[in-house]
Amino acid sequence: MIQKSSERNKQGVIREINGPIVTIRLPGVRNSEQVLIGDLRLVGEVIALQGEEAIVQAYESTDGVRPGEPVETLGKPLSVELGPGLLGGIFDGVQRPLEALFETSGDHISRGVAPPALDRERAWRFVPDPELAPGMRLERGARIGTVQETKTIEHRILTPPNLSGELMELAPEGDYKLDRCVGRLKGDDGVTHRLYLYHNWPVRLPRPYRQRDHSQKPLITGQRILDTFFPLVKGGKGAVPGPFGAGKTVVQQQIARWSNADIVIYVGCGERGNELVDVLETFPTLQDPYTGRMLMERTLLVANTSNMPVVAREASIYVGLTMAEYYRDQGYDVVMLADSTSRWAEALREVSGRLGQMPVEDGYPAYLASRLAAMYERAGRVVTFLGDKGSVTLIGAVSPPGGDFSEPVTAHTKEIIQTFWALSKELADARHYPSVDWVGSFSDHVNTVARWWHDEVSPHWKRRREQALALLARDAELSRIVNLVGPEALSSAQRWELEGAALIKEGVLQQNALDAVDTFASPKKQFLLLEMMLTIYDKGAGLISLGVPVQELRGLEFMSRARRAKQTYDSDQTEELEAMIKEISDEFARIRVEYTKFQEHAH
Amino acid sequence: MSAKEYRTASAARGGLLTVIDAPRVAFGDRVAIRDHHGALRNGQVIRSAEKEVLIQIFEGTDDLDLESTWVRFLDQPLEVALSPELLGRIFNGIGEPKDGRPPIVSSLKRAISGSAINPAARTYPREFIQTGVSTIDGLNALVRGQKLPIFSASGLPHNRLAAQIVRQAKLVDEESSFSVVFAAMGVSYADAQFFKDVFSSSGVLGNVVMYINQADDPPVERLALPRAALTAAEYLAFDLDRHVLVVMTDMTNYAEALREVATAKGDVPSRKGYPGYLYSDLAEIYERSGRIRDRHGSITLVPVVSMPSDDITHPIPDLTGYITEGQIVLSRELHNQGIYPPVHISPSLSRLMKDGIGKDDTREDHPRVANQLYAMYAKAQETRNLASIIGAEELSEQDRRYLEFADQFDKQFVGQEEDEDRSIIETLNLAWELLSMFPKAELTRVSETDLAKYHRSGD
Ligand SMILES: Nc1ncnc2c1ncn2[C@@H]1O[C@H](COP(=O)(O)OP(=O)(O)O)[C@@H](O)[C@H]1O
Ligand SMILES: [Mg+2]
Repeated sequence: MIQKSSERNKQGVIREINGPIVTIRLPGVRNSEQVLIGDLRLVGEVIALQGEEAIVQAYESTDGVRPGEPVETLGKPLSVELGPGLLGGIFDGVQRPLEALFETSGDHISRGVAPPALDRERAWRFVPDPELAPGMRLERGARIGTVQETKTIEHRILTPPNLSGELMELAPEGDYKLDRCVGRLKGDDGVTHRLYLYHNWPVRLPRPYRQRDHSQKPLITGQRILDTFFPLVKGGKGAVPGPFGAGKTVVQQQIARWSNADIVIYVGCGERGNELVDVLETFPTLQDPYTGRMLMERTLLVANTSNMPVVAREASIYVGLTMAEYYRDQGYDVVMLADSTSRWAEALREVSGRLGQMPVEDGYPAYLASRLAAMYERAGRVVTFLGDKGSVTLIGAVSPPGGDFSEPVTAHTKEIIQTFWALSKELADARHYPSVDWVGSFSDHVNTVARWWHDEVSPHWKRRREQALALLARDAELSRIVNLVGPEALSSAQRWELEGAALIKEGVLQQNALDAVDTFASPKKQFLLLEMMLTIYDKGAGLISLGVPVQELRGLEFMSRARRAKQTYDSDQTEELEAMIKEISDEFARIRVEYTKFQEHAH
Repeated sequence: MSAKEYRTASAARGGLLTVIDAPRVAFGDRVAIRDHHGALRNGQVIRSAEKEVLIQIFEGTDDLDLESTWVRFLDQPLEVALSPELLGRIFNGIGEPKDGRPPIVSSLKRAISGSAINPAARTYPREFIQTGVSTIDGLNALVRGQKLPIFSASGLPHNRLAAQIVRQAKLVDEESSFSVVFAAMGVSYADAQFFKDVFSSSGVLGNVVMYINQADDPPVERLALPRAALTAAEYLAFDLDRHVLVVMTDMTNYAEALREVATAKGDVPSRKGYPGYLYSDLAEIYERSGRIRDRHGSITLVPVVSMPSDDITHPIPDLTGYITEGQIVLSRELHNQGIYPPVHISPSLSRLMKDGIGKDDTREDHPRVANQLYAMYAKAQETRNLASIIGAEELSEQDRRYLEFADQFDKQFVGQEEDEDRSIIETLNLAWELLSMFPKAELTRVSETDLAKYHRSGD
């Protein structure tokens, strides 16, 4: 951490309190600077200057605050602490540790208390980088050593990314608390800086890196409709829009559980308290399918629930992103889930409304689109200052009022992201989960990840995927005809197409997050299920062209078994799935022989 | 308490009073206003500047004149007194007695605005509440600590359903153990009376606290009412260790009062004139329900939300649905067919059902049965639509089975008597009776074991 020459905090006075917006008189205060408001010393941030006055947004309720009470600057913008001890924790929208707050102030969040985000009492085993010696030059964001933060995550202790210079001293291996100095560095500015196991970084300033990296790998989530049909890449930007109850949170939690990321940051932004509790209570008992360790060891939560102060909601996304970038800078693949970006946008709207700014659409300020774009821009895959690759994948839920995707937040988001998982109320109402609508969703990454699937899973992946989508499109077309003229108008082949689409929907697309087996599917299992349904469809279509009635095929014994295969066999049982596909093929071959015989007989 | 009275009111309209030259008034504080008749009104500071204070008056600004309005700043937040004596009492929106009895005397007072529960202090709600209503227990189960609204519309029997839940709600194998907090905002005299009768005829009156603001009571008071009610509920739940069921009706009247005041304040409107902060405001109310670590009691919240013009995308039900843990949606169509309770299961949802049901809570097949019923009903609805276009005669035999299923489902499973208290086992057995209309091979959402055990076919 950089030692600040302790600048004297400036004092001022409150002039007006209008909910979370406080007007103060404090000459010399800077925009974005943090202030302590009133006798309660509530935390706030300067968002505008007007002559002698400054407008402050308060991160805590301003009940009881009076005009005339003092304000004091903190001399720095809203920043977060970055160091070991973040993982497994839950923080509020301005990174206050909620567990510690619970210990000190009980069931309800009390005001004016700001314990440090990272536990100062805990000691960490620090192993200095053996390559380093005093006198060596350290570039910015250099590694000075490591701490084993959890069983799976080795925390790389970095110098702040705005600091370089000559290493003067580095502590030997040992147990250090966070406020113990572990080194000294003579900066290029000529000042001596003490180094600690953590440093601070302002949340609104994206952390720098060496360069963007353009190689792409799929982010595997274990969710079939996502991975197989609308894939996302590591470092990508995705959005999950949908009306309430469509399944946004479940999609996000499933990704938090099962994606092949190193670190997961889950930001509950203006949503339900119990959804965070669900994560807090279940993740410590769930195993990461890739490392076998408990999921909580790679997860951290940021919570600004819907009843917590609105303006901290706006900050919570940046707090999450900054921590995500910090682990990215250590060379990790980080997934950040933001549930929901609409609440973040509403917080912007609330503040801009109170400032009397001109609304442009649905009350949102004109800068909504640019802020959204800048936020998503913090996602990406980069080459870090250490020369490693790291990534931040950002997946935002969007909660359009009335489920109307033409509203501003959804519409702007759609322009920015590359993967769009549109959730549908109709599918959700029919309990088709995940209710990702295959017509309204898209992914710009299909061609890039096709290579990976080709090499790692099956050369037929791309063709099978396209075939399934084509079948679903035919299904929609045929259903329209049925609704006009009735099912009798369809040929047998067409009815079999409907059956094929039903198999894809029930056997592949629908995936029950609550079923112990079905909740996660490895890429191989995903492909085999797809293969199974399409094998049934293809072979069946062949028989139908020979004149076998659809009814007879529908009644085949394995039809319901195939629909259940997803919850019968887990990802390790791919051999069983392969055997079942073989069995199905054999059975079709047998029917074919029998049927040809029967027909010859008839002739 | 400050004794000084100010006579510097400078504007009064839309429930808001502006007072100038009142120094250093705390934001959110309580205000006493004496009008020219000498009558007292109650207010709260909603904007405070050195020169000017804006006050929201719960009794409204009707009939005020600026000259002879006296304002006293009480130097305290809007609070209610709390004691076990609350039970059996009736109050208005700011906690003043409405039953002709003296006010509650207690040294324990709490601000009605409350403060957010630390998410880290919560525990996940998982105890199944049997309401005796099949569409709820079987398909959208309620658990202790959940917030589950009833989405309704004018003329639908939401109050009767809410009352049935109040009468029948209990944990399986346990006697009814709920204390009830009843919060009525802008309801008719008849509706208020209906609930009073329900409470007294079911003998729970001594275990109920009522907060009532009728349709002809001042609308601004509705803004305080749910908060006063929840402050009492929190006291009963987390100080007195009780399980509390809070019924609120009708949140739409609350939101309309909020819009009225917001408009008067000049807040930027978002959809349909409701202020942008309606979401956060509703969340402050709804999120006060729940369970807390190491606390015995709980707050289960069942708000009634009527959908203006039967429109579920209207901001009030829409924002409510984004906050609550599901919704029970009533349908005019079912109601017109004489089905009670007319619960439309497709848009209904209980998000907390998953952890409250199954082997250790209700029965092992429960989650899958619910899933299967939903799948069959969705298919049946499609078939119904088809039949309405091409005529039922044109349907295949298989399709006709779905139609028959849908009809039986609506009649037997959805429909029940207002005093019919079905156990969860009865509900599940009824479900299997209906599912057994289909051959086993078509029921792919239940397990083979379930089929062997519960399917009614001969084989
Ligand atoms: N993949 C899934 N498997 C099983 N149930 C699901 C799935 N997705 C959604 N659900 C059901 O839908 C409910 C609502 O989902 P949720 O993600 O909370 O919706 P949203 O966040 O869009 O409001 C969940 O509580 C769950 O019952
Ligand atoms: Mg959600």
